[in-house]
Amino acid sequence: MHADERKEAETIIRASGVNVRKCMKCGKCSATCPNFDEMDIHPHRFVSMVEEGDIFALMQSKSLWRCLSCFACVERCPRGVEPANLIEAVRLEVIRPLAGNRLRPEAIPALLDEKIPQQLIVSAFRKYSK
Amino acid sequence: MKFSYYPGCTLKTRAAELDVAARQAAEALGVIMEELPEWQCCGAVYPIARDELATRLSAVRALDGAKRLKNPLLTLCSACHHVIKRVNNDMQTDDDMRAKVNSYMDLDDPYSGETKVVHYLEMLRDEIGFDKIRERVTQPMKGRRISAYYGCMLLRPSTVMRFDNPENPSILEDFIAALGAEPIRYPYRNECCGGYISIEARDVAREMSRKIMNSAVKRGADTIITACPVCLYNLNENGTGEVPVVYFTELLAESLGVKEPEGGLVHAR
Repeated sequence: MHADERKEAETIIRASGVNVRKCMKCGKCSATCPNFDEMDIHPHRFVSMVEEGDIFALMQSKSLWRCLSCFACVERCPRGVEPANLIEAVRLEVIRPLAGNRLRPEAIPALLDEKIPQQLIVSAFRKYSK
Repeated sequence: MKFSYYPGCTLKTRAAELDVAARQAAEALGVIMEELPEWQCCGAVYPIARDELATRLSAVRALDGAKRLKNPLLTLCSACHHVIKRVNNDMQTDDDMRAKVNSYMDLDDPYSGETKVVHYLEMLRDEIGFDKIRERVTQPMKGRRISAYYGCMLLRPSTVMRFDNPENPSILEDFIAALGAEPIRYPYRNECCGGYISIEARDVAREMSRKIMNSAVKRGADTIITACPVCLYNLNENGTGEVPVVYFTELLAESLGVKEPEGGLVHAR
């Protein structure tokens, strides 16, 4: 494993607070994910790949932008692994560096309609930008 | 019965109906909702990562504000409730987070999770009681078939939220029954509407919202109620449009006979 990738894995484990070794590979997190069809790497793979230190592939994953933070995987994991916390930690590793933002303020006006609640815009900003 | 009330950003603007109807109903029920002075936006999403400090502070300020006023903190928006309740849990259980937040905020009296966070629905169920509410209803919703949409934020993770059974909740159905309507249960009532994905990929939110609305309509619902402005937006704007989605407080105020007359505050559906 590349030294930078090892460092990323340590950061993700620390920031997420997840103990990936508790996972018993039952796949319930992916089975219950309401956005499973939209993901290229599924929640149970996040757990395995963080354990294996395979972080760069996760940082390229479309799933980072498709996780809804609905906490279904967190609620239903029989081992309390919290896969959504890993997805969040990887997403932060992508958007925290300068120029890592996915959503830019200039792009917002074109995305709005008259009924869109402020809460939705704030949520998207918190998830897609730093 | 007195609470410090945290409205949150959207209840002052797009979701004014949720807020106004809640205040009217509370007044009719003898509950004092004192708006927390100088509250700030909670951030709308709980900062999951344990190294996120600044994004927790506005919730801590609200919690500490209620503590200094010696009131429980009443929330209404599902997202605000979720964020504030979980940050409060962090302040109670995470020694490292508590130490960092307190050293950053430099309060006279450090905050350690003393405030009790109560959602408006919990206040109705646990403080007043649905039986009492049933007695106060002057305009019962006879013949109405109403489905509850819970969404995610009130229920999960249940170890922290402790709101209701996360897989088979009943608080909103009990609420609907107290107003004299028939609660219509349906399989998708605690599935995600897509939330903020509307900004990133509206087609995804559309598919999820349609599944939810179809599921309720198939069981015979004539209306869907929710406590969350994002859920209401997604279901109304990205759903099938077959039934209206309104805030639960609107029905409560209507049943108690204290709702604003049609006009200014009602959704342009």
